[in-house]
Amino acid sequence: MKHCLAALLSGTLFGFGLSLSQMTDPNKVLGFLDVSGRWDPSLAFVMMGALAVAGIAFRFILKRPSPILAEEFHIAKKKTVDKPLLFGSMIFGIGWGMSGYCPGPAVAGLGLGNPEAFVMVASIYLGFVAQGFLAGKRFKKFAPADE
Amino acid sequence: MENFTPFSAFLGGTLIGLAATLLLWLNGRMAGVSGIMHSLLHSPKTEWLWRFSFLIGLVLGALLFNWFNPGFFTPRSDYPYWLLAAGGFLVGVGTRMGSGCTSGHGICGISNGSPRSITATLIFMASGVVTVYCIRHVVGVGA
Repeated sequence: MKHCLAALLSGTLFGFGLSLSQMTDPNKVLGFLDVSGRWDPSLAFVMMGALAVAGIAFRFILKRPSPILAEEFHIAKKKTVDKPLLFGSMIFGIGWGMSGYCPGPAVAGLGLGNPEAFVMVASIYLGFVAQGFLAGKRFKKFAPADE
Repeated sequence: MENFTPFSAFLGGTLIGLAATLLLWLNGRMAGVSGIMHSLLHSPKTEWLWRFSFLIGLVLGALLFNWFNPGFFTPRSDYPYWLLAAGGFLVGVGTRMGSGCTSGHGICGISNGSPRSITATLIFMASGVVTVYCIRHVVGVGA
């Protein structure tokens, strides 16, 4: 139960941070990606802020034998870049640029009462299901490398 | 640059970094939102609840922010829904195929020094930039 409260706390901070930084505002996101127009570089500072904290903290945390409330760390072990990673990330970027939302802000947007967020979350899930279907049937080589 | 907001962006970013730090330190998990969302579809009960709690937290955090700052966020009203839905679909397909999104690769993976995540982040940033260029300056939607 404690680990669910921890996840709730982490999610709440995350959602608050996304809203404060305006990652939840698709106009802001598209303004950041629109480098040849009236470019708004603000969102680069979100990443700097996040990496300034997590980039340092992760190093210390991963020196511990285990996390506080669980037996072990669950971290992707795969190190090599493969086709699913390259094509998948490219497709994700296209969808991000078309919509102005990545998954976190889409979910957080539900809390802002943003009608677009409901469309986004539903279509993201549709995409998950479609990908699972394709990877299982025809395009096995594009299945994700498992975590 | 009239909408340049580096301070709130940086501060919001540190909160996101802190959230990812808490989840790794306490639960040993990466705060990758696409992975957590997808896992809801197939997790066993014991693994399901923390993921659901995290996503509820995302909603709650935004709700709290909106409560403290009413009127800070105004939803976009004139964007074509077909473009939004098609984009969302590709976000779902792409994050699944590429094992992560802005949070999982861009923040957690890079913080962990993963070459896969650094590559993924460079690629989705680049394809996002190219896509927005095409939509705004070639097709002329939403410019």
